Formats: sequence, structure tokens, C-alpha cells
Amino acid sequence: MNNLQIELKQVTAGYQGHTVLEDVSLSIRHQDFIGVIGPNGGGKTTLLRVLLGLIKPFSGTVHYHISRKEIGYLPQISQFDDQFPITVHEVVHSGLLTGIRSGVLKHRSCNARIEEILDSVGIRALQNRSIGELSGGELQRTMLARAIISSPRLLVLDEPNTYVDNKFEIELYAILKELNKTLSILLVSHDIGTISPYIKSIACVNRRLHYHPSNEISEEQLKVYNCPIEIISHGQIPHRIIKEHQQ
Amino acid sequence: MEFFGLFEYGFFRNAFSAAFLMSVTCGIIGTYIVARRMVFISGGITHASFGGVGIGYFLGVPPIAGAAVFAVIAALTTENLTRRKVLRNDSIIAITWSLGMAIGIIFVYLTPGYAPNLMSFLFGSIITVTLADLIFMIALTATVSLFFMAFYRTILYLSFDEQFAKTRGIPVMLMNYLLIVLVALTIVLSIRIAGIILVLSLLTIPQNTANLFTNRFGGIIIGSIIIGFLSSVIGLYVSYVLNIPSGATIIFTLVVMYLSGRLIKFVA
Repeated sequence: MNNLQIELKQVTAGYQGHTVLEDVSLSIRHQDFIGVIGPNGGGKTTLLRVLLGLIKPFSGTVHYHISRKEIGYLPQISQFDDQFPITVHEVVHSGLLTGIRSGVLKHRSCNARIEEILDSVGIRALQNRSIGELSGGELQRTMLARAIISSPRLLVLDEPNTYVDNKFEIELYAILKELNKTLSILLVSHDIGTISPYIKSIACVNRRLHYHPSNEISEEQLKVYNCPIEIISHGQIPHRIIKEHQQ
Repeated sequence: MEFFGLFEYGFFRNAFSAAFLMSVTCGIIGTYIVARRMVFISGGITHASFGGVGIGYFLGVPPIAGAAVFAVIAALTTENLTRRKVLRNDSIIAITWSLGMAIGIIFVYLTPGYAPNLMSFLFGSIITVTLADLIFMIALTATVSLFFMAFYRTILYLSFDEQFAKTRGIPVMLMNYLLIVLVALTIVLSIRIAGIILVLSLLTIPQNTANLFTNRFGGIIIGSIIIGFLSSVIGLYVSYVLNIPSGATIIFTLVVMYLSGRLIKFVA
């Protein structure tokens, strides 16, 4: 069975002629759970932008076997203007947009679906708050709800575990594990240790991409992959032993 | 003179209508500008339009038409250069801002004789609004209102998170360009009321006053329209009674409204 969703082949991409990703190939299949790791500026977010079709690669191909609108996206929350006049309910509703005409659609007809999703991430009570009144964790929940409300087949998450409390982090992984039964997930994280019990494979991105088809990765392998990130070991309870790598 | 007695005068009826129309348009467009933090861009567009005023005088065409052309060009250029990251965004704005003013000054200087109503372009003059002005204002108010009613959710969501809107299949670029053109045209027609130097206040003070009491995008639009209209009419009347410039009096009233709003919030 061909369960491929997206294939990147020899993609080179960046901004204004400046190359960030070079010769990157990656296949995403149904029910994959890929953890993307790598140093800051290594191209993790650029990889996501290529996948989402937000930027065109300089060379190489991106082949979609699913519709681009079937990708749910959770961007880094640090990019948001917390004074923007928009409510939680409205943010989540925006996940249901499907094109220019959907902007005309009645907001009210989506209420039941929005409330159901807000319930599933535990912030139904906050639906009429404006986003400036939320904590980091609550904003992440809102963004997660927006990403999954359209029932995507692939969920792309950019650092969903920043600015969040431990309680939400544990809940988040439980939610993702449940979602992974029906969809594939690509998760960018600076902290691979706490997520590794849930992911199925690892992509190390530092200009080039090395795909590692298991959720266990050693320091030695990271060196070979030229992926200088903090190494974290994990046991029953996520526990981090951090060791900085030299470049 | 009693307030309602003023309606016997044609100039006052025109001014009153202009105040209403531009309060609606500025209420909507200003909310968009403030929410998206585009106030400085709008300042650039406003001042760049003076280049068109100058060329209008020089060529003997209506300066307001020249202003409209310049404002739209400045708006599209700023948007385009910002997107392509050719220069830092604020530097682009400063350049369009001062280049437009420079062109205006040169052409006003080169125009033989004197430039009639030059002061009204700089400081506004709602009491000299003509029927032709009103027709343009009606057309713009209708366009802006219908556009925002039709695409309210799309505009709100793409303003909040453009990248995400793109992933949902919204033609973000097209919408951005259409919106910046509406911003430019709104600025140009508002210049009739408050002038180039004061016009930004019509697009920001009512919004920030409304924002004291609501955090909803739609709420800020409605609130701004009411506050803008009340301030314009009060300012217009006070300026008539005290015989002082109308544009400046309207701005002053807007600020008084804002401070009253803060006081009410503080006390309540």
C-alpha cells in the first residue's frame, strides 16, 4: 500500500539566495511520528516552511500525496502579537478556513465543533478570552486546537513545548500519542529527551538532514550527523542529563 | 448659534455627511491598521501623497486626484519592498514618506502664482467639503464596508497569522494588496477632514479609545465609528462656535474622548 504523504527530494532552500537547507530528502508516511532536532539556525523551521508550501525551494522537488490543506500547522508561539484583538474561539475557528470564500461562512455553524476541540485540549472555559489574557501554556493549547480542528492527516508542530508548564507538556504528549493513531506527526523540538518515548523516528537537521529510523539516538550518532544539540537520556520518568556539544 | 440651526447651511450639511462617512470608513480601516501595527506605514502613505498634491497643482488637475495616485503607488511600493525584504521596513517607510513630501514641495514651488487651499491639504478643512468629495466618500465607504462585511473572518484571521492563513489556502498576497489600496484611499479622502499632518489621528485615536472597553476586532470597529462620529460633530460645532480650525478641533476632541475613556475605566 502506498501510504506516502509528502516526499522531499534533494531540496535546497533558504531566503534571498542564502541557503539554509541543502540537498534534503525526506519521506513522510501515514502514522509516522518524526521528531526533528537540530541546532538553532540549522534549518528546522525552514524545513517546515518548505513542507507547508510557504516557501519554494531553490532546487529539488516536494511531492504531495495529500492535499496541502490536510496539513495542520502549529507555528512557534513567540511570533504572535499578544495585543492582537482576537479571542480563543476565533483563533480556533480560523483553523477551519479552507479558502477565500470560507471567510463568508457563518461563524456560528462551527460552534459545536470548536467547543468539542476546545474541550479536548482543556480550555473550553477560556473560549471568550482574548489571546493577550492567556498564559503561554493556554496559548499553546489554543494553537494546538486550531491545528487539529480541520482533522488533518499530517500535523506539523514547531516547538510546541516552549513556554509551557510540565502539566501541559505531559498532556500534550498524551494528546499527540492518541492523534498519532490516525494521523502522522512531524514535531520540531529543542528537547528531544522528553518526547523520545513517543516519537518513532528522528530527523537531525543542520543544513543537511539525516534521517534516523528509531527513537533512540546516541551522542556518537549525533556527532556523525553533525548535529550539535543537547543530549538527553530518558527513563520511566523523563529525566534529562544534559551535555553541551562543541560545534 | 444653536446646533440644529447649522443644518440650514449647505456647507454644514456637507461637513456633517463627510464626518459620518469618514467615521465609518476610518473606523473600519483604522481598526485594521491598529490591529496589524501598520500605523507607521500609514504615516508614510499619508505624507507620500503630498507629492501628488504638488503635481496636481503644477499640472492643473485636482490635487486630491494626484494625492490618490501617489498614495496608492506609495502603498503598493512599500508593501512590495517590505515583502521582498529589499530594505528594512521602517527605512522604506521613511524614504517614501520624505520623497513624497520633497516632490510635493518642489512642484508647489514651481507652480506659477500661488497654490489655493494648500493649507487645507496640510491641516484639513471639513467645512469646504464639496458634493464631488461626498460622492467619492460615499463610494469608498460603500466599498470598504462591503469588503469587510464579505471577508470579515478572512481579514481578521490573516491579520493575526498570515503564514497560517496561507496554509489554509487564503490568497494572502492578493488580500494584502487590496487592503493596502483601501488604506491608501481612505487616507486620501480623510485628508479632506484632518489634513496630511493630522490624518493619522482619525485612524488611531478612536480605535485606542474603543480598545479600552473591548478586545474584539468587531467591537473596536463599531466603537471607533461611534467615537469618531461624535468627536467629529462635537469638534465641528466647537470650531464653529469658537471660530477655530475644524480639523485641529476634531483631533483635540478625539484626545479628550480618549482621556475621558481612561478616566471612566479608572473610576469604574
